[in-house]
Amino acid sequence: MIDHAGAAAEFLGDRTRAKRHDEALWFVRQKRDAAAGSLPEWEALRSHAQRIKEHTLAHLGYYLERFETNARANGIEVYWARDAAECNAIVERLLAEEGARSIVKSKSMLTEECGLNPYLEARGYEVTDTDLGERIIQLAGDRPSHIVLPAIHLSKEEVGTVFHETMGTPEGLSDPEALTRAARRDLRGRFLCADAAITGVNFALAEEGGIVVCTNEGNADLGCAIAPLHIACMGIEKVIPSARELGVFTRLLARSATGQAITAYTSHFHAPRPGGRLAVVIVDNGRSERLRNESELLRCIRCGACMNTCPVYRRSGGHSYGSVTPGPVGSALRASADPADAGSLAFACTLCGSCDAVCPVRIPLHERLRIAREAALAAPTYAPKRRILKLAAWVVRDPRRLEWTAWLWRLADRILPGWILERLGGPWSRERTFPRPAPRRFSEMMEERNG
Amino acid sequence: MRVALFVPCYVDQFYPEAAMATLEVLQAHGCTVEYPRGQTCCGQPFFNNGLLDEAYELAERFVALFEGYDAIVAPSSSCVATVRHRYGTLSDAERFAHICSHTYELCEFLHDVIGPERLRFERPFPLRVGLHNSCHAIRELHEARSSEEMTDPFDKIAAVLAKVPDIEVVPPGRDECCGFGGSFSVMEPEVSAAMGLDRIADHRSNGVDLIAGADRSCLMHMEGLARKRGIPIGFAHVAEILAGRIDPKECKK
Ligand code: SF4
Repeated sequence: MIDHAGAAAEFLGDRTRAKRHDEALWFVRQKRDAAAGSLPEWEALRSHAQRIKEHTLAHLGYYLERFETNARANGIEVYWARDAAECNAIVERLLAEEGARSIVKSKSMLTEECGLNPYLEARGYEVTDTDLGERIIQLAGDRPSHIVLPAIHLSKEEVGTVFHETMGTPEGLSDPEALTRAARRDLRGRFLCADAAITGVNFALAEEGGIVVCTNEGNADLGCAIAPLHIACMGIEKVIPSARELGVFTRLLARSATGQAITAYTSHFHAPRPGGRLAVVIVDNGRSERLRNESELLRCIRCGACMNTCPVYRRSGGHSYGSVTPGPVGSALRASADPADAGSLAFACTLCGSCDAVCPVRIPLHERLRIAREAALAAPTYAPKRRILKLAAWVVRDPRRLEWTAWLWRLADRILPGWILERLGGPWSRERTFPRPAPRRFSEMMEERNG
Repeated sequence: MRVALFVPCYVDQFYPEAAMATLEVLQAHGCTVEYPRGQTCCGQPFFNNGLLDEAYELAERFVALFEGYDAIVAPSSSCVATVRHRYGTLSDAERFAHICSHTYELCEFLHDVIGPERLRFERPFPLRVGLHNSCHAIRELHEARSSEEMTDPFDKIAAVLAKVPDIEVVPPGRDECCGFGGSFSVMEPEVSAAMGLDRIADHRSNGVDLIAGADRSCLMHMEGLARKRGIPIGFAHVAEILAGRIDPKECKK
């Protein structure tokens, strides 16, 4: 079971790391503010993106089939996967057909969700994550802690140590530029002899039958340009009507994610390259279930802005969420899909609403988390909390009961020694003092006034 | 105008001076204020923790008590946000319509209903006041523009406070959550404390004499954190400053 509070407390135990983490992500949030503020139409653009996504999701079957037809006409192979297992099996079949053994991968949260890397590695394939952040995670044997900045929880010194141990860079080397150069040298060779490239998809264009991948390092392009087989895995929610709508999203995506006006590469793949194969795997994996009553969550374009802005995420680190996608959107996705296991994620939130306000597609994230609390509270873990709340509700339902409780509190405050009060205060008192009850309550003062 | 005063249960018991200050400010601005008997809780903790049956019952009680008034004013933006935004989601939303649209946080009422040009506060408050706007005030009641939004900046609470003679209102560097979050404060005490301490440090780095806000619950959390660690900074509800109920001399460290 995911224990967010416990994992967060552990993360906070390392003050230096926690502070660096908070400040690094707040810096990205500020870059986002500056980039967003440079567009006078920013708020209208968000609304526009929301409506395009709403429309597409309301007609999802139509647009997906349209995409399939047009993509096939372009010579792209299209496969449908009901869940992670089917997705992984399809990918392996394609690789086997080509006799591919070494694979380069770029920009795919979906394959992370499906556990594709361990699946392929267990079957003897060599998979190399080529985006720098993902590569660091892979070499460190770690898990990503952010969907755009997967290694944000590591310091440059830690990255230096990982590189020293795995690629033989000089011990103590922690200069980011030197480390990047070392990673690139190592990756070049892998690109050149790769048999297949696997990428994610940021947007699938139904009308054109093509896919779009947005990256900053250009690895997706490099991989696909060299390897004879390109497999692109996408969730069913990635489709948009046409290239006409694309501009709305590319303008929002990079600004929200990193504060750039646009990602360095916006690569279109509308056909296989001559002599090569391009296969798109369209994956459901629980998404059509969500379409029924939480379709808002499917609007997500995976920009990571809700993580950067979340005051809880910044102070608890991505791993504390125990799921592939952390932060507000990750919590909303997990807590509603699996309240018994991930209930704590619904409560890892102060309901401050900052995530809603940055989200480029205006997902009501904190409302989704509030709703997820209903199911979470029903789990046995939260039975004590539920009982306390029920008792509190019983008290405040009747003003006289509330009076007695106030009277009891005042009595306790007067006669009990401080340390017992502190005991009674539990987790509240671990961090804070209690407020003292006032000599007279406001309602008492008013009773006296009005006689 | 017949105005009803709603005093949240924790304010009633722990911060009656904030409620009294609210009453005085409203009366000083020409409102006939009534304090309906038998009021308890708006239901916020139950709405926010997924106990909808309990929440509904309290919403019913609230409507029964406050239905007949032109306006309902409370010194708490989180309770007002509950009434305005959560009551509307209940099944017979019709019944709640008047209550939803006529319940105000104090500063919001002063700014939007009374009007800034009519505000008169007599007692000067010659101090630097760090204004802690709660998330509910900013992002649910839209009393101020949040730093996430790309619209023209405004801050109704600061605008009302600025009418107090000699006051200097200082916003914090980040308009971030203080980490109270109701049950969050006890379910995630470490993160909650880290958030609150960061806010306190932010305000103190601006050299403020005290921290004020429209939500005593956020201030209660931060005050508890500060007292526990001996951090020398005072806290006050904005109503207390508006009503001239705090002696500025006592706030100077
Ligand atoms: S929920 Fe919104 S802000 Fe968060 S990653 Fe998705 S699109 Fe970005």
